Amino acid sequence: MSAAVADPEPAVFAALGDPTRWRLLGTLAQQGEGTATTLAALLPVSRPAVIKHLGVLDRAGLVTRHRTGREVRYRVEPARLEATARQIAAVATAWDRRLAALKALAEQQ
Amino acid sequence: MAVQNNRIESEVLIAAPVERVWELITRAEHLGRWFGDAGAEIDLRPGGAISLRWHDHATVHGRVEAVAPPRRFAYRWVLTGDPEAEPTPANSTLTEFTLAAEPDGTRVTVVESGFDRLNADAAERAALLDSHTSGWVTELDHLADHAAGVAAGR
Repeated sequence: MSAAVADPEPAVFAALGDPTRWRLLGTLAQQGEGTATTLAALLPVSRPAVIKHLGVLDRAGLVTRHRTGREVRYRVEPARLEATARQIAAVATAWDRRLAALKALAEQQ
Repeated sequence: MAVQNNRIESEVLIAAPVERVWELITRAEHLGRWFGDAGAEIDLRPGGAISLRWHDHATVHGRVEAVAPPRRFAYRWVLTGDPEAEPTPANSTLTEFTLAAEPDGTRVTVVESGFDRLNADAAERAALLDSHTSGWVTELDHLADHAAGVAAGR
């Protein structure tokens, strides 16, 4: 039984567990690219708070950053999100499979 | 299967009495067959130890959280860090089984939750506890697709 236990990506799950960060990530995905200033203008969050949340997303590998002049521009890193979505699906699939095995065993006798 | 509100939920209708299903989900000799494939150990009381073994996977350890025969059984299992550490919200998820008698048998619902708190540091956890976390997982796929499209379009 491989994938009996899906190995979660803790930093990613923790980063996504906060509603403000989730919204920030969604806004960034819609915009394609953003700075702390442009993102703070689109959200009910202060610029310092946006910077803090972007830092968490960056450390989790969910956004990439690059500097152009005095600005730091952020972009969503889709590969990491897709990997996380696949992991969640794997955990759910593992439960479906286990319950099917439980059902087969229970109905044997 | 359903993935929402930071929980993974799955259910099945089994053509067997609740008492039989209860035995299968709480006794080591059964758990080691349908859940693990290389045996299991369980001390069936709140706070008791539980271990599940797979032939091609490390043994997973945890702690029984709730035992209410024949309706509810819950445990935490350690998914990150030291596999034999005491389960906490930072290193484990919570799995809850609920059994309900129906005319055709037993409906089993399993919910695994707590992925968002894994490895969160103390401040993160406090913030998470304060917030009513949105259902981010349901939207992950959409967001990933959208982000991939945006990235490809430039």
